[in-house]
Amino acid sequence: MEYTEIMVRYGELSTKGKNRKDFIGKLAGNVTKVLRKFPQVEIHPRHDRMHIVLNGAPFTEIDQRLKKVFGIQTYSPTIKVEKTLEAIEETSLALMKETFKKGMTFKVNTKRSDHHFAYDTNELNALVGDYLFENMSDLKVEMKHPDLVLRIEVRQDAIYISNQLLHGAGGMPVGTGGRAVMMLSGGIDSPVASYLALKRGVDIEMVHFFSPPYTTEKALNKAKELTGILANYAGRINFIAVPFAEIQETIKEKVPEGYLMTVQRRFMLRLADEIRAKRNELAIFNGESVGQVASQTLESMMAINDVTTTPVVRPVATMDKTEIIRLAEDIGTFDLSIKPFEDCCTIFAPPRPKTKPKVDKAREYEARLDVDGLIERALAGIEVTAIYPDDKFLADKAEEDAALL
Amino acid sequence: MIYFDNSATTKIDPAVLATYDQVAQNIWGNPSSLHKMGDRAYQLLTSSRKQIASLLGTKQNEIFFTSGGTESNNTAIKGTAIQKREFGKHIITSSVEHASVANAFNALENLGYRVTRLPVDKEGRVNVNDLRNALDTDTTLVSIMGVNNEIGTIQPIEAISDLLTNYPTIQFHVDNVQALGKNIWSRVFTPRVDLSSLSAHKFHAPRGIGILYKKEGKMLSPLHDGGGQEKGLRSGTENLPAIAAMAKAVRLLLTDEADKANREAAIKRKIVDYLQDKPGIKIFSPVSDDFTPHILCFALEGIRGETLVHTLEEHDIYTSTTSACASTKTDEASTLVSMHVDDKIATSAIRLSFDESNTIEEADEFIAVFDKIYQHFAKINHLGE
Repeated sequence: MEYTEIMVRYGELSTKGKNRKDFIGKLAGNVTKVLRKFPQVEIHPRHDRMHIVLNGAPFTEIDQRLKKVFGIQTYSPTIKVEKTLEAIEETSLALMKETFKKGMTFKVNTKRSDHHFAYDTNELNALVGDYLFENMSDLKVEMKHPDLVLRIEVRQDAIYISNQLLHGAGGMPVGTGGRAVMMLSGGIDSPVASYLALKRGVDIEMVHFFSPPYTTEKALNKAKELTGILANYAGRINFIAVPFAEIQETIKEKVPEGYLMTVQRRFMLRLADEIRAKRNELAIFNGESVGQVASQTLESMMAINDVTTTPVVRPVATMDKTEIIRLAEDIGTFDLSIKPFEDCCTIFAPPRPKTKPKVDKAREYEARLDVDGLIERALAGIEVTAIYPDDKFLADKAEEDAALL
Repeated sequence: MIYFDNSATTKIDPAVLATYDQVAQNIWGNPSSLHKMGDRAYQLLTSSRKQIASLLGTKQNEIFFTSGGTESNNTAIKGTAIQKREFGKHIITSSVEHASVANAFNALENLGYRVTRLPVDKEGRVNVNDLRNALDTDTTLVSIMGVNNEIGTIQPIEAISDLLTNYPTIQFHVDNVQALGKNIWSRVFTPRVDLSSLSAHKFHAPRGIGILYKKEGKMLSPLHDGGGQEKGLRSGTENLPAIAAMAKAVRLLLTDEADKANREAAIKRKIVDYLQDKPGIKIFSPVSDDFTPHILCFALEGIRGETLVHTLEEHDIYTSTTSACASTKTDEASTLVSMHVDDKIATSAIRLSFDESNTIEEADEFIAVFDKIYQHFAKINHLGE
């Protein structure tokens, strides 16, 4: 079945009244971004729906990408036909034959905006229904909760037929929720938190700390590749790599072991906040989950959060690990997240970190360090990379080499 | 030149050799090294294993790389015997196995294991009932080849698998060195098979590399201890160029497998049709679904196998007295002896073994040459009189 266009129904943004125009504009921009590999596709955002005219582009590939655009509630692949009864019948039958499975129920649902068309909605429902019954067996009609709804829309220019209602990602178009930094480690939780931030329309930039030679380039590339997976939901995400080794070495040298972790985290949050301020962003997101590890007890959060008044949003704060893992599997980050490369959270991890650090102590130990100088040098070393959907950073040679096999 | 000795070894495929060459020159890091050279080698090792697993229909963690068929057989057999010695010391094989299986059993027998060697019928095939009768509570291992290397009999691996389904603790090893790429794989590699051996140089890849399939969860005592490569089962730095080359060779081998096997069968059929009913000729590899299409063993009464091999060689045709591994010894073919073939006939046997590079024209040429030789020897030996 070659679909000619996709009809997209908006999600929550329909309810947002006067901001509607902005929302639709952002969504159209995001759809354009994810479909940029198909230049023939036309995107027509309208106030009630968006029409994506395929012009021969393959629906299955577009479908894969569209599924991941936030702000879409449902969408239907549609076929445009000329305004004759024969065309309607022929296409309806072909569509039904492709999607109908024995035991399903269906109904025909016609809408007509061209009131000059030869048949009205009731007539069309009956005619098409009869035609299908004549040409297919095992059909069963059900008005209230049918498995399939064959939608026929009679418009001025043509007639549009569809019978599938596919679920979009829901949520809000990325960008409508403002911009923020996301602290991305490379573990399981922070990619899930990133996904949830994007889902609420927040346009994020990744901040990732790396500590060569303590951490390998692979750990850095892993975080970048995770960003590539998440970029499917955003179109593009900036990845900001912050060198962290000097800070860690200095802390290790001068801070008592029990507070190594707390002080390190305070530095990370400070750096994230500095980057946020410089880039005119409104919040810091991270993947902390209450009580999961020593740095994520409420006492630790208190002692760490002490360095800023910027909102720190923790999307997975109250989720169980199993819930986080399930979501990570759904969004496709899990397998990559569990690859065992040392990251800067695990090196210099004290054997017995304080689970109930005190704010005063943390401040006191930190006073021994040249905080401003350390922060300044780290910021001077940041590298920003723009990452697009499914960009690969780990398997650079592997794919090429596999061609030898 | 006509090369009809593909069960002894095959000519390396230039495309496979090119992979070997490129890996040897460019991806020579040790897969265990931490740096990126090591990582690149490790990735290729993983890709190779993945490709082979997918082509053979196994899981990736069930494929182990060895130095070849002999090592795979020894590891499977001795590894099982040692691993399971607490549970019993009775091990079973057939009387027509390749030397690397037969002699591994002999070695274990010398160490005090009890060995049952199943007899075969006149087609060289073991009988499932004999196996059923041989099984006892001390049995830990059954090792039966998939395809006989001397005459091409396909052993009843499916029936044996059915029988052994009731004996889940017995490890079932199948030497499949002769069986891959002949369109019979599902018959010799059933889900009940726990261990299976393959050798790369039998399918246009380099020497010195092979595969041991070990089903997930099955235990083997390693024969090579060391750095713990191949999950501790086979230590030693991985032979990556050969492994990559083998992965490619398996892919090429299994492309259009049925067509290739049909071509080999056509060559065998043509020569069998010619040999059939000739006085003094005894065919051990009939055209049948129960024989592999690529092996044809027959004897010309009164002429020693090696005489025939050398006579054909003068015409640039290369064949073997039965197993090439045994052919330098003076003793007769073990499979034929186990089939109770008369000694005089057994010592006269030669083996033709084909592969996809052979053509039907070569079969015609072989027949023309052989016919002259046959007429000559038939006259000397008064055949058909």
